[in-house]
Amino acid sequence: MTLLTDTPRPTSSLPPRARRKRAWDKKFYWIATHAFGIALGVIFVLPLVFVFLTAVMKSDQAMSSSLWPTEWHFENFLEVFKRAPLLEYFTNSIIYSTLATAGALLSAIPAAYALSKIRWRGQTFFFMLTVAAMMLPPQVTIVPLYDLWVRLGLTGTIAPLILPYFFFDAFSVFLLRQFFLTIPKDYIEAAKIDGCTEFQAMTRVLVPMAKPGIAATAMFCFLFTWNDYFGPLLYTGENQENWPLSLAIASFRGMHHVEWNLTMAATALIMAPVIILFVFAQKSFVKGITFTGVKG
Amino acid sequence: MTTTLETKAAKSSSVPKRVRTRAQARTRRNVLLFMAPAFLGFLIFFGYPLIATLYYSFTRYDLINPPQWIGLDNYVRMFSTEPLVRTAAYNTLWLVIVLTVCRVLFALGVASVISRLKTGIGLVRTLCYLPALAPPAAATLAFVFLFNPEFGPVNRFLNLVGIDGGLWFNDPAMSKPALTLLVMWGSGELMIIILAALLDVPAELHEAASLDGAGPVRRFWHITLPSISPVLLFGIVNSIIFALQFFTQAVVAGSAAAGSADVAGNTKYIGAPQNSTLTYPVWLYVQGFRYFNMGYAAAMAVLLFIVSFGFTAILVRQMRKTAHQEEGA
Repeated sequence: MTLLTDTPRPTSSLPPRARRKRAWDKKFYWIATHAFGIALGVIFVLPLVFVFLTAVMKSDQAMSSSLWPTEWHFENFLEVFKRAPLLEYFTNSIIYSTLATAGALLSAIPAAYALSKIRWRGQTFFFMLTVAAMMLPPQVTIVPLYDLWVRLGLTGTIAPLILPYFFFDAFSVFLLRQFFLTIPKDYIEAAKIDGCTEFQAMTRVLVPMAKPGIAATAMFCFLFTWNDYFGPLLYTGENQENWPLSLAIASFRGMHHVEWNLTMAATALIMAPVIILFVFAQKSFVKGITFTGVKG
Repeated sequence: MTTTLETKAAKSSSVPKRVRTRAQARTRRNVLLFMAPAFLGFLIFFGYPLIATLYYSFTRYDLINPPQWIGLDNYVRMFSTEPLVRTAAYNTLWLVIVLTVCRVLFALGVASVISRLKTGIGLVRTLCYLPALAPPAAATLAFVFLFNPEFGPVNRFLNLVGIDGGLWFNDPAMSKPALTLLVMWGSGELMIIILAALLDVPAELHEAASLDGAGPVRRFWHITLPSISPVLLFGIVNSIIFALQFFTQAVVAGSAAAGSADVAGNTKYIGAPQNSTLTYPVWLYVQGFRYFNMGYAAAMAVLLFIVSFGFTAILVRQMRKTAHQEEGA
C-alpha cells in the first residue's frame, strides 16, 4: 500500500499534451460507459412500457402495428375486472402469499436461530440438507406429494400450497441463517447471562436486531408465492374458484383471444403489486439477493 | 482472545459434571424444540417423497387403484419405446446448455457495464432488475405479444433495420431462442449477485496492475475473474438447475402462442409449436397429472433427481466450505 502511494502519479510526469489527451480519454470513457448504461436500462424497461401502452389502446389499434396509443383508454384497466373475476383471483393470491409468508417466518426463524446461534451435532449436516432441498427441482418429489394431498382430500384447495410453509421452507431457513450469522453471538450470550431463556434471547434480542433480514426474507417468500405457477396449476388447476392471479392470467389470453389490449392490461395489473413492493423496499431486496450468492 | 478462551476452559472444567450434563440436556431440548417444525417438514415434504418416488417408479399407479409392482418396466419404456420423452430430454438439454451460457455471460456483461458507472449505478441497477420481478406467467404473455409475427413491436424494429423478423413463438426452430431471450430479460438477480462481487474486487489491485502495464483484457483474466469465480460458479450451477426445472414459461408460451382456450386443463397445446417447448418437467407433469401415469412420472423424476443432484452437490460442497469458516469465526 505504502509503495503504491509513494510512486509518483504517472500523469504528473507526462508532458502537457499527453496529459490533455489522457483527460480527454477519461471523459470519452465516462460518456461511453454512461451511454451504454442508459441504453441497457432502456432496453430492460422497454417491454414493460409496451405492455402499458398496449393496455391503454383501443382493441383494434392493439391489433395494428402502431406503437403509440391514439386515444388513451385507461378504462381498460377496469374493463378487465368485468371480463374475468380478477378480484377473486387477486384475493386468492393475497391469501396464498400472505399465509405462506407468515408460515415461513414462523417456522424458519426458530430453525435459523438454532442453526446459527446454538451449537449442536448435526448442525452443518442439516444445513446442507436445507441447501439441497432448496436447489432440487420441485418436480422430483411431486408424485408422492400429490398422492399425499389427494389422500388428505385437499387437492383443489390452496392448503397444499400453504401448509408446508408452516413446517419447513428451505429458502427462508437458508436466507435467515445467513442474516443471523452477521449478528454477533455476544448479544445472545449477554442476554442469556442476564437471565433470558433461549426463546427470549431469540424473540427479544435477535429478532429486533435482524429486522432487515427478516423483512427481506418475507419479501422473497411473498414474491415467490405471488409468482408461483407450477404449484397452483398442480393443486388448484381443476378448481377455477381457487386460482391465484398467476394461473388466471395464463388463461386470460385464451378466453379473450383477440383482445390483446385487455390481455396486456391484465398483465400490467398482475405485475404492478410486485413492482410497487420493490420500489418501496429496494434496499432489502438488493441486500437479500447478494446474500444468496456471495455469502453462500 | 487466547486469554478469554483459557478462562472459559478453566471455568468449564471447574463446573461439576452433573451441571454440565444438565446444561447439555437443556441445549438438546432447546434445539429439538426450535427445530421440530423444520425436522418434521423436511421428513414429510422431502425425505418421504424422495424415497417414495423411487418406490413408485417401479410400479404402475393411477391414483385410484393401488400401485402395482412392475419392476423396471417404466425405465425400459422411458429409454426405448416412448418417443416424446426423448424430445423432452433434448429440449431440456438444449436449454441447459444455451440458456446457461447466455444467462451467465449476459448477466456478467451487464453487471460489468453497471460496475463502471460513476453516477446512476442505483438507477440503472433498478431498471435492469425490474423485469426479474414480473411473474413468469405474465412476463411470458408479454413476450408472446411483443414477439408476435403479425404486428409485434420487436419485428417492427427489426424491419426498420432491414431484418425480416421470424415467427418466434410460432416457429419450432425459434421458440426456444425466444424463451432464452425472455429468461435473459429476467436475469436481474444473477446480475445483482455478480455486480456485488465485481464491486468487491479491490480497486488497488486494478490500479497496481495497470501501473505494471496490464491491459483491460489481462486485468480481467488475472484479477477480476479469479476474485469473482465463486460467484460465477454459483451462477452457472444455479442456471443449470433453473434450466432443468424450466416449466412455467414453456407451458404459457406454448399455449398462448397457439391461442389455447384453457391453459390449465388443456394438453392439446402443451409443447406447441410441434413439441419444441415440451421440456422434460412439462412432459413429466403431463404424464403424471394429465394421463395419471404416476409410476412413469416417478421414473422420470428419479432420472431428474440423479441429474440435478450432481449439480446440487457442487454447490453444497462449496457452501460447506464457507459454513465451516463461518462457524469457526
